[in-house]
Amino acid sequence: MAEHADPADEALLRLDGVTVRFRTGQPPALDAVGLSVAAQEIVCVLGPSGSGKSTLLRVVAGLQAADAGRVFLEGRDQSGVPTHRRGVGLMFQDHQLFPQRDVGGNVAFGLRMRGASRAEQERTVAELLDLVGLPGAQRRAVAALSGGEQQRVALARALAPRPRLLMLDEPLGQLDRGLRERLVVELRRVFGELGTTVLAVTHDQGEAFALADRVVVMQEGRIAQSGTPLEVWQRPATEFVARFLGFDNVVEATVRGGAADTPWGKAPVPDGTPDGPCRLLVRPAGVGITAAADGLPCTVAARTFRGTHVALLLQPDTGPQVEAACALRDAPQDGESVGVTFAAEDVVVLNR
Amino acid sequence: MVLARSEVTGRQGRARRARGTATRLALMALPLAFFALFFAYPVAAIVGRGLKDGGRWQLGRAGEVLSDPDVLHVLWFTVWQAAASTGLTLLIALPGAYVFARFEFPGKKLLRSVVAVPFVLPTVVVGSAFLALVGRGGVLDDLWGVRLDTSVWAILLAHVFFNYAVVVRTVSGLWGQLDPRQEEAARVLGASRWGAWRRVTLPALGPAVAAAALMVFLFTFTSFGVVQILGGPTFSTLEVEIYRQTADFLDLPTAAVLTLLQFAAVLALLALHAWTVRRREAALTLVDPAQTVRRPRGAGQWALLWGTLVVIVLLLVVPLAVLIERSFAGPDGYGFTFYRALQSAASMDSTFAVAPLNALWNSLAYGAAATLIALVVGGLAAAALTKRGGRLVRGFDALLMLPLGVSAVTVGFGFLITLDEPPLDLRSSWWLVPLAQALVGVPFVVRTMLPVLRAVDERLREAAAVLGASPWRVWREVDLPLVRRALLVAAGFAFAVSLGEFGATVFIARPDNPTLPVAVARLLGRAGELNYGQAMALSTILMVVCAGALLALERIRTDQSGEF
Repeated sequence: MAEHADPADEALLRLDGVTVRFRTGQPPALDAVGLSVAAQEIVCVLGPSGSGKSTLLRVVAGLQAADAGRVFLEGRDQSGVPTHRRGVGLMFQDHQLFPQRDVGGNVAFGLRMRGASRAEQERTVAELLDLVGLPGAQRRAVAALSGGEQQRVALARALAPRPRLLMLDEPLGQLDRGLRERLVVELRRVFGELGTTVLAVTHDQGEAFALADRVVVMQEGRIAQSGTPLEVWQRPATEFVARFLGFDNVVEATVRGGAADTPWGKAPVPDGTPDGPCRLLVRPAGVGITAAADGLPCTVAARTFRGTHVALLLQPDTGPQVEAACALRDAPQDGESVGVTFAAEDVVVLNR
Repeated sequence: MVLARSEVTGRQGRARRARGTATRLALMALPLAFFALFFAYPVAAIVGRGLKDGGRWQLGRAGEVLSDPDVLHVLWFTVWQAAASTGLTLLIALPGAYVFARFEFPGKKLLRSVVAVPFVLPTVVVGSAFLALVGRGGVLDDLWGVRLDTSVWAILLAHVFFNYAVVVRTVSGLWGQLDPRQEEAARVLGASRWGAWRRVTLPALGPAVAAAALMVFLFTFTSFGVVQILGGPTFSTLEVEIYRQTADFLDLPTAAVLTLLQFAAVLALLALHAWTVRRREAALTLVDPAQTVRRPRGAGQWALLWGTLVVIVLLLVVPLAVLIERSFAGPDGYGFTFYRALQSAASMDSTFAVAPLNALWNSLAYGAAATLIALVVGGLAAAALTKRGGRLVRGFDALLMLPLGVSAVTVGFGFLITLDEPPLDLRSSWWLVPLAQALVGVPFVVRTMLPVLRAVDERLREAAAVLGASPWRVWREVDLPLVRRALLVAAGFAFAVSLGEFGATVFIARPDNPTLPVAVARLLGRAGELNYGQAMALSTILMVVCAGALLALERIRTDQSGEF
């Protein structure tokens, strides 16, 4: 029964049926979660707050005991291995820098715990501070750092002992938008240079899509979908994932002979869609605007300028409102009457 | 398969919890052994001796004693004056705690030490100093014809004098580390200055205030020397009554019943305390106190600072000044007559085999050893109590406070009759005195360190563990630096109470090795101006030693806080 280290197991991290229940009688924080992360892969767990993301990281770090299931690192069962012997890194959401140590003392902490020589500590600290863009900051007090700087120090501290797996809890959550976008690019560069395996959690889809090789969407302690950012964005697996990503054109439909009956009339579906009732998503990009006579007649109910495009909220004569995205110069005015068509490649049949 | 697996991990989860309990028990082992051997055993033995007659329990005595109206009167007065003293001390000292926590002003360090001095003075000396101040022919009587020694006010004021430092130091230590932005956040949300303090700061300070209030209540509840001298025949506490029954009337059965009564009252009190603290404690955001202190601004803050200074001068400095004045007021005008007399054994008759000044070195050595014991025992106990836990932990927490509530007279007498035979024959051991003194030091160490240890953010420890620190390294690298200040404060307290401990030491200190308070009491007990003057001189030396030690401690604190 017992599984021993398996050299053929390529996953650096594997979770197997991990369940965590904080209180009996309440739904579990993690419900039989299975997940694999390959070496040098960057996986981002995406989900609303309370979906169990942070608990997932704490289980892997050994800060939270699993009620059932196992965690394997490089094929080895981690049950009973205490946190400090797991060789993983964790960057806390609010950094948790040690207030009584300066920047250098914080970054060198993990190296000291591993008994690294003073010279090695100093060299690594200097290298990492260069890497995160804070060269020469060793003697600065952590209380005097800005949020972005603290975040970089926390990253350097987590990276310094060269963990086999680096975990990030809402890594960019507290930073302003410009800094976030710069840091996402920097983080990918740093992880690429160091060959770090990363498991991050976030509630921000932009952050997840920009950072990750693979996105895992969580819902109430379970994995709702796993795939590349493009796959998840283009083909949300469930209504929960679609709505979490901000897609609201979800309706009840019945597929018959390569087309679907919807409250908005006939809509095309991708080839090979089986017949029967289903939930259907039309991505806003797949909603075409034509002359009123050429499609489903609608009135423009709202119009929001989004910089690169205009988001439209269209009210058909019957049925729910339709969201559409179109280029600025093609955008109709408020109250204008237009026709709507649906493109097959942006129609997604959702799993129940 | 799935079932088998969850069973495996379930078992491992239990194993981990069991390991946590095992670690905790290992940490508790030494403190438990210490308390069993040097507290429970002597106290149980002496109570047993009092209640047993010819090998049979005489429980009927308990009923007789407890229905005696005189005893009920003593009990009522004990509770009443302790509550009044505690309330008065909090009222007067909390503004002082704020001043010390948040304001920066010249001479602050010196003032901090001055405030702590009364606490370490022998109770007998304080009683005498207050008598000289407010009694017949005292300073106030001379100046305005005011006498307070016939009223309960003299006792209450002396209690405030003693315990001002307990509240100021316990509360201001935490207060200085509370993030002022918490209060600012409440102000921005529409709370008034008072409302923000009441709803944000006060709850955060709750555990520290409760701990301080409990300590003050326990001290005043078991007050001995002060009441003995200032109470006269009118006012008597349980502790005074126990002493009278033991030493004056040799009525051990009555003393035993009263000891048990006091013990029961203290147990009830500790249960109440544990309950209130449990409801309140929460992880706090702690910041470097250096960031929160600033010069007072505006008339209100200056008034608060000056008000505090006036209170300290009137309440603390004036009685001390009277004490010093008496030590120099020799028969031929002011001079060092009494101090010179302290250096020779010859000037004393049979009271001392050695020069009274030797008591100073004894006291310092005993105090240092007692502090060491208290830090080790109390530190281990505080580490075991850091993580809140079940009934076992709460019981242990309460147990540590018991020595403060049990009659020191009983403990001292118990030491004499129990620790005098093999395998524990400590009668002739030098360590007997420091062991007894450490008993009262341990509760201070635990009470001072625990709020700070519990306020350390658990995720800081987790961050260290993820970076590869073993539980022991986590304690050394995360907890210790953050509680170093608290540890030093605790050491100062333990040293101070060891120096000032009187009730137990008077029974067990060997005649040729007296401590300062014991020597003072012996001198005061003898007639003659020279003896009285020497007592005042010795008290003054004790005061200077304590002030010096505390001042040194303040210096260490600043040096180390440079690391923060």
